Amino acid sequence: MSRREPVAVSRRAVLAGGGALVVAFSLPLPGRGQQPPVVEKALGKTLDPTEVDGFLAVNADGSVSLFCGKVDLGTGLRIAIPQMAAEELGIGVERIVLVEGDTALTPDQGPTAGSTGIMRGGVQIRQAAATARAALLRLAAARLGVPAEALEVVNGEVRPKEGGQGVGFAALIGEQQFNLRLDPQAPLKDPGSYGIVGRSMPRPDVPRKVTGRHPYIHDLKLPDMLHARVIRPQAVGARLLDVDDTAVRDIPGVQVVRLGSFVGVVAPDEWDAELAARALVTRWSPASSLVGHEGVPAWMRKGPFDADQKLVGKGDARAVLASAAKKLSATYYWPTQSHASMGPSCAVADIREGKATIWSASQATHRFRRTIARLLDLPLEAVRVVYVDGSGCYGMNGHDDAAADAALLSRAVGRPVRVQWSRADELGWDPKGPPQMLALEGAVGADGQIAAWRTQMWIPRATANLPNIPLLGPADAGMAQPPGIATGLISQNGDPPYATPNVEVLVHWLKDAPLRPSNIRAPGKIANSFAVESFVDDLAAQARIDPVEFRLKGLSDARGAEVIRRAARMLDWKARPSPGPGGLGRGIAYVHYKHGETYVAVAMEAEVDPGSGAIRVRRVACAQDCGLVINPNAAMQQVEGNILQTLSRTLLEEVTFDAAGVTSVDWARYPILTFPDVPEIMIDLVDQPQSPPLGVGEAASTPVPAALANAIFDATGARLRTVPFTAERVKAALAAARRT
Amino acid sequence: MPTYSFFVNGSARTVQTRTDDQPLLYVLRNQLGLTGAKFGCGLGQCGACTVLVDGEAVRSCMMPVAAANGRGVTTIEGLGSPDQPHPVQAAFITEQAAQCGYCASGVVMATVALLARKPKATRAEVQAALAGNLCRCGTHQRILRAALRATGTSP
Ligand code: FES
Ligand code: FES
Repeated sequence: MSRREPVAVSRRAVLAGGGALVVAFSLPLPGRGQQPPVVEKALGKTLDPTEVDGFLAVNADGSVSLFCGKVDLGTGLRIAIPQMAAEELGIGVERIVLVEGDTALTPDQGPTAGSTGIMRGGVQIRQAAATARAALLRLAAARLGVPAEALEVVNGEVRPKEGGQGVGFAALIGEQQFNLRLDPQAPLKDPGSYGIVGRSMPRPDVPRKVTGRHPYIHDLKLPDMLHARVIRPQAVGARLLDVDDTAVRDIPGVQVVRLGSFVGVVAPDEWDAELAARALVTRWSPASSLVGHEGVPAWMRKGPFDADQKLVGKGDARAVLASAAKKLSATYYWPTQSHASMGPSCAVADIREGKATIWSASQATHRFRRTIARLLDLPLEAVRVVYVDGSGCYGMNGHDDAAADAALLSRAVGRPVRVQWSRADELGWDPKGPPQMLALEGAVGADGQIAAWRTQMWIPRATANLPNIPLLGPADAGMAQPPGIATGLISQNGDPPYATPNVEVLVHWLKDAPLRPSNIRAPGKIANSFAVESFVDDLAAQARIDPVEFRLKGLSDARGAEVIRRAARMLDWKARPSPGPGGLGRGIAYVHYKHGETYVAVAMEAEVDPGSGAIRVRRVACAQDCGLVINPNAAMQQVEGNILQTLSRTLLEEVTFDAAGVTSVDWARYPILTFPDVPEIMIDLVDQPQSPPLGVGEAASTPVPAALANAIFDATGARLRTVPFTAERVKAALAAARRT
Repeated sequence: MPTYSFFVNGSARTVQTRTDDQPLLYVLRNQLGLTGAKFGCGLGQCGACTVLVDGEAVRSCMMPVAAANGRGVTTIEGLGSPDQPHPVQAAFITEQAAQCGYCASGVVMATVALLARKPKATRAEVQAALAGNLCRCGTHQRILRAALRATGTSP
């Protein structure tokens, strides 16, 4: 490994962070965007989420800075949270400056995951804004000599309700602190009076995104920055035996960095770094530890297991099933899948003189900050992680791994380093959505309702209190990391959301996963709901009851029933049992997300070409009740994304791997949905202004696979229970249906 | 060092690269500061890097800079700006046709190339023309609406 003298760089230029970021991008950031200049002034502010000053500050010009621990992953949070704060404060949304996910500026609001951005993050900031509004009223009352009750806040100004001279936010508290604890009881505005929340305001980043001006992490350039590539092991678990750098010595400025089995190349020119990565000769120990994708179902049955856990036990499902005259049973399998982000992960790190600054598209900058401090053995105060938009991630893709790569390389070469993963790195090494298997048994009673139901799940168990999933670079470098796996909450929605006197849900927790797992959109719920809602359809078919009617009969929750009715109505659903007469089939599926959040029903029309086994989805109708909708257009876009991405996952996606590693490492071997296969989508959002806002980032993905499987069953009588729905599986299911 | 000259967004530019196989994408992003075109795969499979070369949609990750010598390159930055968007970009803004937006630049360029050939393209024609542009966020429906809006057909 060659080292280079540290180059003198103004620490201020880099550590100024926010400011440096603006400068670093050669393009201006018009309008509200990431890291505006007010940011630099705010350095040193409190990060305490129990303080109003943690979340917001009034600037000298009367605009308001919001410091938000949640980040916009392409999800619309960048407009929705300012809408919530602006509404509560009484100021125009265009006067809000949003700072996202900078550990030096934003409170730790937890990772941007699990559909919590608005539901928890936004609601927390709304409460800070409500507290601030009450404070502004008090300040103005003193200033104007009138009681606070006689005042109102409008357009960034507190003024007498009766009319007369008001006073602006800047004059009241511009550039000063509130020094006020966030009051959880501060009164909120009546939703009936909302003028900003509930409107489809345009997202501020869209004009930049479609004109090539939006700054992504991939576009960040720092003074003296080097470009890097990491050479990942030839096989999962392989150790680096030796490195031959003969072929790269001619490349100007190239350096090879080796730390144990971690090996990377850096160069001033990015293409040179790429050429060096291709030319460097590395030799690895043989490793063949993986079960291979075809071996996963058998591996899941066999274990090793951590424990069995009964999640639901009501009545005596086993006894009722044992004595049932007609019972059904079926097994469902959901494969390992990749986040498959469009841009391979990228990060920039500057680790020098005992300080670390990392620019990352991390969903959890505060968590990553703690991880980096631990790994680099730095005090927490010496580490700053700044969020910059990446390619959409839908869960933890490779962004944290790439950031750790960049940190290791920057520390080694003493200069800022930008690591860009390749397509094969991303599809091969991003932490994966884990596989899931479910076995279901059920019986319908004489009353046409589910008499007994039993779910068994085989899923990997997430490690309790794991601070961070073990990251690739540090693992290869031989650095100590707390061992364990993360999956998200993958055991939810494994029981039918319909009245059933006898239910059992039993989890066989596996100790591990076939490939390093992480949370992927709607973790676990998609597979569980795929099984549950497909099986409900089978039970309805056995009882010769229309699938919508069967569901409504068992559903006492009025909000749930409403979304089912609305989804069915959009497709002009005619009541009859499935399967239908053939041709175009229709199916429906429903979820009450995580048992207590957003309600979604998806109805779908699909047809199958029996010769080729090809599936054609014609129309998708989705009705969703996610409580108060902050921005209907942005919420609908999330629903559209959920539907299309999950259709892709259901129809096409499985990570293939052999004993050594992942083999589906490009878009030919990991195909995703393309434009010609995009169906027509209809969305109906139930308006619930008086209910708290719930998540929209995941819920609507959950019913998609079952709705499709049920539509195919309705069209053909064939039942698909293994994802993806490949042509071979369709043809096999058609043949099986003909035999019965 | 090999030297290449071409027009980029209407201006004559000259660049030097150490090797003649450096893809146009790298030259645009790193030497010319035009970061609108994105690296998605480097394999010609996703379309994130699409630019126009003499009016044709081209995958700039697959085109060596040498092949662009003497030609006219248009990148997303050359079409319009947030304040003065190209009609196709304006349609994308109206339809809010971007989530993460990583695919957006390539999708916009491919749409512009299609509409130059077929100003009244139908939904099916847009779908076929964009078949090689991947989007992971599931923004397809909006993109199709935006493209149809740009043809003047109300989506
Ligand atoms: S980056 Fe050029 S086609 Fe994917
Ligand atoms: S908008 Fe994210 S990939 Fe298309």
